[in-house]
Amino acid sequence: MKSSVIIFPGSNCDRDMDVALNKFGFKNKMVWHNDNTIPKSDLVVLPGGFSYGDYLRCGSIAAKSNIINSVIEFANKGGLVIGICNGFQILIETGLVTGALLRNKYLKFICKNIFVKANKSHNKYFNKIKKDILELHIAHNDGNYFCSEDDLKTMEDNDQIAVRYCDINGEISVNSNPNGSIQNIAGVFNKKKNILGMMPHPERVIDNCLSSNDGSFFFENLLSNMK
Amino acid sequence: MIEVTEKIAIEHGLKKDEYKKICDLLKRNPNMTELGIFSAMWNEHCSYKSSKKHLKKLNTKGKRVIQGPGENAGIIDIDDEDAIVFKIESHNHPSFIEPYQGAATGVGGILRDVFTMGARPIANLNSIHFGSPANKKTKSLLRGVVQGIGGYGNCIGVPTIAGQTSFDESYNGNILVNAMTLGLVKKDKIFYSKAAGLNKPVIYVGSKTGRDGIHGASMASAKFDDKIEEKKPTVQVGDPFTEKLLLEACLELMKDDSIIAIQDMGAAGLTSSSVEMASKGKLGIELHLDKVPCREENMSPYEIMLSESQERMLIVLEIGKEDKAKKIFDKWNLDFSVIGRTTDSKNIELYFDNNKVANIPIDLLAEHAPEYDRKWKKSKLPQRIRFKKKDFNKLKITEVLKKILSSPNVCSKEWIWEQYDHTVMGDTIQKPGGDAGVIRVHGSEKAVAASVDSSASYCYAHPLSGGKQIVCEAWRNLICVGAEPIAITNCLNFGNPEKPENMGEFVECVEGLNEASKYLNFPVVSGNVSFYNETKDKGIKPTPTIGGVGLIKKYENMITMDLKEIGNIIIILGKTEGHLEQSIFAKEILNEKKGPPPEINLFNEKNNGETVLKLINDKLIQSVHDVSLGGIITGIAKMCIKGRKGIKLYKFKGLLDKFEYYFSEDQGRYIIEVKKDNFEKIKKILDKNSNHYDLIGEVIEDNISINDEPTLSVDKLTEFNKDWLNKYMVN
Repeated sequence: MKSSVIIFPGSNCDRDMDVALNKFGFKNKMVWHNDNTIPKSDLVVLPGGFSYGDYLRCGSIAAKSNIINSVIEFANKGGLVIGICNGFQILIETGLVTGALLRNKYLKFICKNIFVKANKSHNKYFNKIKKDILELHIAHNDGNYFCSEDDLKTMEDNDQIAVRYCDINGEISVNSNPNGSIQNIAGVFNKKKNILGMMPHPERVIDNCLSSNDGSFFFENLLSNMK
Repeated sequence: MIEVTEKIAIEHGLKKDEYKKICDLLKRNPNMTELGIFSAMWNEHCSYKSSKKHLKKLNTKGKRVIQGPGENAGIIDIDDEDAIVFKIESHNHPSFIEPYQGAATGVGGILRDVFTMGARPIANLNSIHFGSPANKKTKSLLRGVVQGIGGYGNCIGVPTIAGQTSFDESYNGNILVNAMTLGLVKKDKIFYSKAAGLNKPVIYVGSKTGRDGIHGASMASAKFDDKIEEKKPTVQVGDPFTEKLLLEACLELMKDDSIIAIQDMGAAGLTSSSVEMASKGKLGIELHLDKVPCREENMSPYEIMLSESQERMLIVLEIGKEDKAKKIFDKWNLDFSVIGRTTDSKNIELYFDNNKVANIPIDLLAEHAPEYDRKWKKSKLPQRIRFKKKDFNKLKITEVLKKILSSPNVCSKEWIWEQYDHTVMGDTIQKPGGDAGVIRVHGSEKAVAASVDSSASYCYAHPLSGGKQIVCEAWRNLICVGAEPIAITNCLNFGNPEKPENMGEFVECVEGLNEASKYLNFPVVSGNVSFYNETKDKGIKPTPTIGGVGLIKKYENMITMDLKEIGNIIIILGKTEGHLEQSIFAKEILNEKKGPPPEINLFNEKNNGETVLKLINDKLIQSVHDVSLGGIITGIAKMCIKGRKGIKLYKFKGLLDKFEYYFSEDQGRYIIEVKKDNFEKIKKILDKNSNHYDLIGEVIEDNISINDEPTLSVDKLTEFNKDWLNKYMVN
């Protein structure tokens, strides 16, 4: 399976994503933001980091970069696109997924392990993962997900909420919400569920010696759906 | 141009006789640009004029040392083709004036020192020290510094894996911000700052030059008074995004042999970078300042030479490689300009609009810089205190423990390190909050451990012992994660070297540090001195900070301090003598601040440390933590908190008072958790190596149970430990 990771100036999880994809059997290529086309891929990833220094607004400049048109085209044709952290912010700025990511509720950068419950129905990202509660990792300043009530209702009706923050027992509550996101939302799909934007980093938790190994389930599941 | 007078020279921070020396050496009066250059190169920060004499004595050699002090950073061999480049540096004065930018550019500066040498930065650490929590400035300074460190490190994408924070009223008017970076490099791909060859192009890359930070290096060598706020414009402004681009562009250019020498523009900007490269290569350098990319209009040669704008590098390139190099910097949207060449004149010659604006023999700036043998006062070992042990009977160990765990210097610093990205790059295998941070060497079985330590109270009470103690503490912290300690970097934060008391603190701390460094074979490979840490004539407590680096050959052998399994037994390795003076117990509970710090016995230190490392490598230990602030019981409580397990302490035996036993801060001790089945094996090793040990308790569920005292739940203890800083920062 072929994947492409886009490098924007200021991306800093591009290598980590490359390492993770290769570890789980993808043939990954790195793609420069100034290129116009993506090499033939089954999956495109917008990595975390601080594209263009987060200047203007997180993700906004990357959403106007050269490469982004071909990412949008790829997504519109049904290609799998993942945006992690800053990549999620970029997806939002391109309009590929709905909502906004505001400053964290307590105005602090947060770096820690969190638990999430993933939506397993009718999507290639989480469908066959056996574990109900995943321990992933967040590291962001602007991950406070927000959208209008109408949008929220539409997304819920379409089953587009991908991941929600919960506690170790799966309880979704204010106490398990690290950044103030509406309805504890940590990630969302587009309507067709081929695009996933989420704040947690699966690529940082792919080994027992790291803070968790649950990211492995994510990549393994994704690959199994693509074979 | 204004004519230079003695008065102007003094305003530049030069002393009368220093100005006279400049005129004598030049055999004429300098012009303003030249004076600016002299003042930058001859100030304490760049010239080490007060410290050089003593630093020369440092133990800097070892079989793993590839590069000792004198370069941008030190380098050690970590087997195979790999080496670690590391250094610590202070950014104290700017951080007090403008905490966010001061701290951020401190991180930016040390990162550049490391990637200048061809290394990819793989970890950041920091040691930050603030005034009393009651001081009205402390909270905002702490918030600003933490956000600044995070803002820079998080953006550039280098994990902050460990750190240290302390509070002491001596920092009320002069906080300390020390930043450390580790980088990974292939041994045959190291770059140095020594220029070589004639007529080689000198290249300026990175950000444009602005008027920020002019005289930053001089400010670092000035003392503070009430008007310090006026110095705000001299604080540099950081842009981690540009630094990330600069990092990637430099590493891309370093893939082949285009670069002859490279040096970042840190303190004293273009002045010190150009002078140092030429000086090391025994060459001259010619610069055309109108070719320097500027951010502001009408900048004068004086301003261009003294600007401390961030994210800039100076490179001496092979002839003919300019186009290729320019392409890389264009790709990363960075400025690239050929601004001069190397010459055989042995002078620094500056041109602006085709006029020669400065011409100074380089050796006058470097080798002929002043060097002082400052007067210093020896300090006496304070007398021991006779504690009234009868009074201890009124106390309850559990109550004292609660107080200590929630005291500012012992409490959990999670509020701080949760704001630092400590997992980016995907190799962090021990996060902040343990004895040392540990990262895997990417793509290998190895890991590197790093810690930062300082003990200002010990150093203040007796500099010689304090100096030894911090080196030992760094060594212990590395051992506690299973690493073989390799080398250290030091950041020597002191008061005014012109005062014999402060100078004495410096000399004796360095002496102590050196003694321990030699004995433990733990050489100093890089460092920095920060003097004049004083406000209104009152100096800070002497605060040498030691950054230690160690190697774990197989990262699976790394060990953590959290208690692992119920039923395991707890051993204290190392002898407890009951030294309470300068302990947290004495200071926080008894309000007794006098007396000598704990004694350092280097033989025991080494013997105990080596034994622990052997036990770890033989997989005989489940967890380990060194005994430090707050003594045995505080250390155990932290292991309980991390492991979410309790401990039952056996009935206390021995000649000491139980408070002396549990709260004293004798050195060279470790708390280890072992399986019962392994005890006999361990006992044999300890007896064979003559390590003193006490068997003191066993791991149980949920509670800390101390003889006849009421039990204390670990959940409650965790709350006490975490709450203080959270509440302090919120309220």
